[in-house]
Amino acid sequence: MQMREITYRQALNEALAEELERDENVFLMGEEVAQYNGAYKISQGLLERFGPKRVIDAPIAESGFAGIGCGAAMVGLRPIIEFMTFSFSLVAFDQVANNAPNILTMSGGQFRCPIVFRGPNGPAHQLGATHMHATECLYANIPGLKIVVPATPRDAKGLLKSAVRDDNPVLVLEVEMLYATKGPVEPPMPEHDLLIPFGKASVVREGTDLTILTYGRTMPMSLQAAATVAKENNLNVEVVDLRSIKPLDLDTILASVAKTHRVVVAEQDRPVCGIGSELTFQIQHHIFDELDAPIARVTMEDVAVPYAEKLEHAVLPTPEKIVAAIRRTCGI
Amino acid sequence: MDSEATKQAEIKLLYDMLAIRRFEEKAQQQYQMQKIGGFLHLYIGQEAVAVGSVAGTKHDDYLITAYRDHGHALARGMGMNEAMAEIFGKATGCSKGLGGSMHYFDRKNNMMGGHAIVGGHIPLGAGLAFASRYRGEDRVTLCYMGDGAINIGSFHEALNMAGLWKLPVIFICENNQFAMGTAATRSNPLKEIVDRGAGYNMQSLIMDGMDVRKVRDTIADVCGKIRKDPQPYWIEARTYRYRGHSMSDPGTYRTKEELEKHKKDDPITQFKAVLIKEGLLSEEDFKRMDTEIKALAAASVKFAEESDEPAEEEVFRYTTVETDTSYKPIPTRPETSKENPFHC
Ligand SMILES: Cc1ncc(C[n+]2csc(CCOP(=O)(O)OP(=O)(O)O)c2C)c(N)n1
Repeated sequence: MQMREITYRQALNEALAEELERDENVFLMGEEVAQYNGAYKISQGLLERFGPKRVIDAPIAESGFAGIGCGAAMVGLRPIIEFMTFSFSLVAFDQVANNAPNILTMSGGQFRCPIVFRGPNGPAHQLGATHMHATECLYANIPGLKIVVPATPRDAKGLLKSAVRDDNPVLVLEVEMLYATKGPVEPPMPEHDLLIPFGKASVVREGTDLTILTYGRTMPMSLQAAATVAKENNLNVEVVDLRSIKPLDLDTILASVAKTHRVVVAEQDRPVCGIGSELTFQIQHHIFDELDAPIARVTMEDVAVPYAEKLEHAVLPTPEKIVAAIRRTCGI
Repeated sequence: MDSEATKQAEIKLLYDMLAIRRFEEKAQQQYQMQKIGGFLHLYIGQEAVAVGSVAGTKHDDYLITAYRDHGHALARGMGMNEAMAEIFGKATGCSKGLGGSMHYFDRKNNMMGGHAIVGGHIPLGAGLAFASRYRGEDRVTLCYMGDGAINIGSFHEALNMAGLWKLPVIFICENNQFAMGTAATRSNPLKEIVDRGAGYNMQSLIMDGMDVRKVRDTIADVCGKIRKDPQPYWIEARTYRYRGHSMSDPGTYRTKEELEKHKKDDPITQFKAVLIKEGLLSEEDFKRMDTEIKALAAASVKFAEESDEPAEEEVFRYTTVETDTSYKPIPTRPETSKENPFHC
């Protein structure tokens, strides 16, 4: 199959278009998704192609349109709800965390809520404290939600398409800083229907000396850090891209750690009860004896993100911080 | 309808109200005997709103409400057994014992839940109506809420979008004058709750929520209009709750006299008198009906007590589901319109 180089943004756009084309129950709703073509242009051209019934501009009312999506999903539509960023999903928290995942349980299985919430999430550039929340750890605490964080164009497309077809509420947490990055992706439908299953991590770089567990924004940073320590310290680092936060691919994670015996978690969220907290627990719980050094974590600092560029840089995860964590963990 | 069918329909209104009352009295008694846990919010006093409005709908119109939901579910056709078993937390309950009193769901009767976060279900109600609009179905959604719910953000967001997109939904505010201990006059600046609809460009009206016939006729009329010309309605149903907010409420925020005054409007006593006056019912008929209903309520307790608890794996089974094609959502109505329903 002839792979193409397309951007993460284009990959998401293709996923939306293919799913809208495939199933007339699928619709896209959010602020500026239709006439404006999306705040980040993910939905470019979709209004023109699918019309205003399928691609719907909503007022600035996250709780309202997230809830409308849940109601529509209860009776069999397949809504894709775009949050302009997941920082704004916080005003819809009740719908995302308390309605979407609970309907199945509360109704004793009578109603499902097959809905996708998607949009950029986590660190961006100089947007200040309110616009850069990495919400994966907030939502991961809620039973019934599935959470994926693609870091490559191929994963962006394949995970989003799988999300639309899943019968559960799924959060597709995109990475704004990666929207313009390119990568190989299979040809579009009808030639190829790219579906990437949830709960499958991807070993994006094989190594033997240490495992970096990462996802989203910090995935390319981890590859960069691995290249640096390969050159400067002759270390052979394995990089595991989780892709899916919930469900979590423990098998791949544990197999990698059992091979390298050293772990750095590079995550885009904050340290307290972050994704790394859970990973660290799981590793020590299952394979305590395999660890040759304490697990290190690189995260956002536990502060509100400042505007000033230099300060922002100081509190976000960086390849340099990952390099330092690798060296520390390897006793260098 | 022939006159016998009409008569039966009228008597059924009384029957359904009485069934809710007796069911809840039984539930209250069981609560006091500590046979059931959690919260129990009784609908007693408000029965005419649920029964009348349901009688004004078609069976596949959607219903969604808040946590004071027993009345709506029973009015829609849920059996007392399923309803009682749910508050006993039994596997035979309407939500398999996983929902509880505040979360009654009944798919076969298009009852889309009992929802316990004040106002949180109003966007869901708009979403059900959105689905009907999307499909071009002439199905109407009835979305009930208390007078306390009109002050929360999700209410505003949902009504705004319903107004904007002309969604086929009737928002019914059951104004029982209190949200827990807070009188409506202490929680919103309006003279009349019905005036909230104007801000959403919605047809709005007040309905006597103690008069079951008026409720039925109003809702039937509004449903008919919506089916022809999809749009939302805002209806304030004036009613009163005779019991505390929930079982733990001593009710110190209102006087005994006030309560007694409202009990004179009791929807059941009132309508019984009307039927007797019209010669559709005798005192004897009523007694027979009451005995029959009380027996059903008592039997529902026995049924609930004798039912099994849900198996532990049920809760994991219904946290996430395997995606499969065997699951069929509620069937759609035949399409009534192919034209694009959205004007924006
Ligand atoms: C968002 C939220 N806040 C608070 C509560 C607690 N609470 C439950 S019922 C209630 C009063 C609501 O009154 P109203 O909407 O008038 O309905 P009624 O009880 O009269 O049927 C409150 C404050 C809640 N369930 N949800």
